[in-house]
Amino acid sequence: MIDQLPAIMVLAPMFGALMIGLFGQKDHRVCFPIVFTSLIISLGAAIGCANLVTKDGTIDYFMAGWEEPLGIGIQLRIDHLNALVIVLIGVATTLVSFFSIRRVGALDTEKTPHFYILYLLLCTGLYGITITADAFNLFVLVEITSLTSYGLIAMGSSRRGTHAAINYVLMGTIGASFYLLGVGYLYLKTGTLNMHDIQAILQANEEVRNSNAVIIAFLFILMGIWIKMAFFPLHGWLPNAYSYCPSSTACLLAPLMTKISVYVMIRVMISIFGLEWIFIHLGWSHLVVILAVIAIVAGSVLALAQREIKKMLCYLIVAEVGYMVGGAWLSDSNMWGLSGAMYHVLSDALMTLCLFFVAGIWSKCIDAKEIDDLEGVFKKMPITSACFILGALAMIGVPPTSGFFSKFYLIRGGIEGGHWEYVAALLFSSLVNAVLFFRIFEIAFFGKNPPEGHGHDEEHHDDHEDLHPVLEHEVSWRVTIPLIVTAVLIVLLGLFNGPVVEFIREAFPPTSEIVSARP
Amino acid sequence: MSEFFEQTIQPHFNFWIYVILMMLGLWAVIAKKNMIKKLIGLSIFQTAIILFYVSIGVKEDATIPILDHHGPEHHEVVHENGEHIEDAETSAHPEEVHEKKGDHSHGDDHGHDDHATDPDTMANPLPHVLMLTAIVVGVATLGVALAICQMLFKEFGTLEEDEILAELKDSASDD
Repeated sequence: MIDQLPAIMVLAPMFGALMIGLFGQKDHRVCFPIVFTSLIISLGAAIGCANLVTKDGTIDYFMAGWEEPLGIGIQLRIDHLNALVIVLIGVATTLVSFFSIRRVGALDTEKTPHFYILYLLLCTGLYGITITADAFNLFVLVEITSLTSYGLIAMGSSRRGTHAAINYVLMGTIGASFYLLGVGYLYLKTGTLNMHDIQAILQANEEVRNSNAVIIAFLFILMGIWIKMAFFPLHGWLPNAYSYCPSSTACLLAPLMTKISVYVMIRVMISIFGLEWIFIHLGWSHLVVILAVIAIVAGSVLALAQREIKKMLCYLIVAEVGYMVGGAWLSDSNMWGLSGAMYHVLSDALMTLCLFFVAGIWSKCIDAKEIDDLEGVFKKMPITSACFILGALAMIGVPPTSGFFSKFYLIRGGIEGGHWEYVAALLFSSLVNAVLFFRIFEIAFFGKNPPEGHGHDEEHHDDHEDLHPVLEHEVSWRVTIPLIVTAVLIVLLGLFNGPVVEFIREAFPPTSEIVSARP
Repeated sequence: MSEFFEQTIQPHFNFWIYVILMMLGLWAVIAKKNMIKKLIGLSIFQTAIILFYVSIGVKEDATIPILDHHGPEHHEVVHENGEHIEDAETSAHPEEVHEKKGDHSHGDDHGHDDHATDPDTMANPLPHVLMLTAIVVGVATLGVALAICQMLFKEFGTLEEDEILAELKDSASDD
């Protein structure tokens, strides 16, 4: 049973989706129990796998026992790099499923089973992307997640959402096709699709490693992944797609999709091409870090220009993607940048989840879509607002939240790697985040025009009216519990940053290899 | 010019075609205003990649890769007018086996088994298998995209992107 955990993790949501297809159409009430059961099974399997990785190291799982190289090519591998990512996916998807109960009820109920089917297939894809060890399977799984997210985004009632969805389809498909093309070139040169076989062949054969085809392959793969993760000049699809879709969809996609793409980039860099080849042979580190700096600055400035809460958060995601890409490419000799990027994948996913939860609750309960609508929201919704403050502080990077420590590792990497422009961009972005969020705090605490002249009775009356729908919401534990759990996880991840980063760093090749190969 | 053709284009003919097709598709996705035309471009783009993969698997004088597990006692090879005629069990495509045999000038029964396991005489099946999956993915993408286009048309009454954008701008300024 324990041997089969990796397969169970991927397949449980898929079977859940099939079950909903069979039974959910007739009775919508069975949908959520099925969703919840399959997600909990996946989460349990993910935690079990992570636990095994801590004890025994890397797990290799061959689907149906077909071992490489003669096998059918479905190999799953869980190592120190992705063990925490699968736990993150499990936690995030389970929390969002709670959040989605009420939201789906508010939507057209006829679509409820459809929503949950897409939701579970998306989870299957995310788990699969994270643990696959095969370059082509990665493409298929990326397309599974993308196709389901196109559907989820288009399910919203907004016209802009539909337009954003078609743009996302076009961009996303081109990105995936680029990735596929890159894999084709790699296959042409190495004759295998298994990531670790490719790496072994590239390391053994210098002629292949330095051929133009492999460089082109790397470029295509990188471009494809960059489009998927909305790296700055290629981010066009993201803001509209994530701000005009239903709230529960945004909560699911915004924290996970871009972060998982960043993980895929790091996985491709470490497990296919090898850091030494990328940083020393190609030497593109400076170029990519400069691109990342542009992404960070542009994302922050664009976020500052937004009036809508969700759009602002979307542009912050664009900036955060810049953090992670830049961090991964810092090429400092102790690899603090890469560790920071990987740690930031976890911490940023939680922060984004927290902020999107709050944005979803606000837009639903008090119909606040723009920053100015938030007047006096702190008094009305204390728990939600407290969690928002925590998420915002993490975004700004205030200890002891996880955001502080990820920035700490990234800046350490930037200094050791000599990329001062990256350090400056990070600090600038933190400042912009501080300005952004303190503007919201101010409006939310004091309002634009503090109502001081009103009589006591009148004020009380106003409060009562406002309070009514809000109280109804605040006691809805299905919504507040996931939010509070997320907020607590942000702090916990921050407090336990040391062990987490040490755990991640075990996945990297020994630093001496990279240092000694340095010119 | 003819030298250029012979040295650069002819040996990589498939690859030139795939690059041209891909660029055509990409251009259509970027430059065309009509959503359906964009999707046609997207399809061309994806099909070009399929051409690329299939080109990888091609070998000259190679046949379909089906392992022949029949023992020699199941072979019924009959000489008729100097040609082999085999029953359908032995090979799905007798003609190709014949051509291949002719190339390697094997005329006897034993030559058949050797051919069946010799990888040089078979096309590489893996890219084809991969492309079956990629075709399915492409069809699924196109299906989703067309469905979204239908929604767009219901909501905007048009599929021209500039008209949609103009309408979105109008509705934004109304708010």
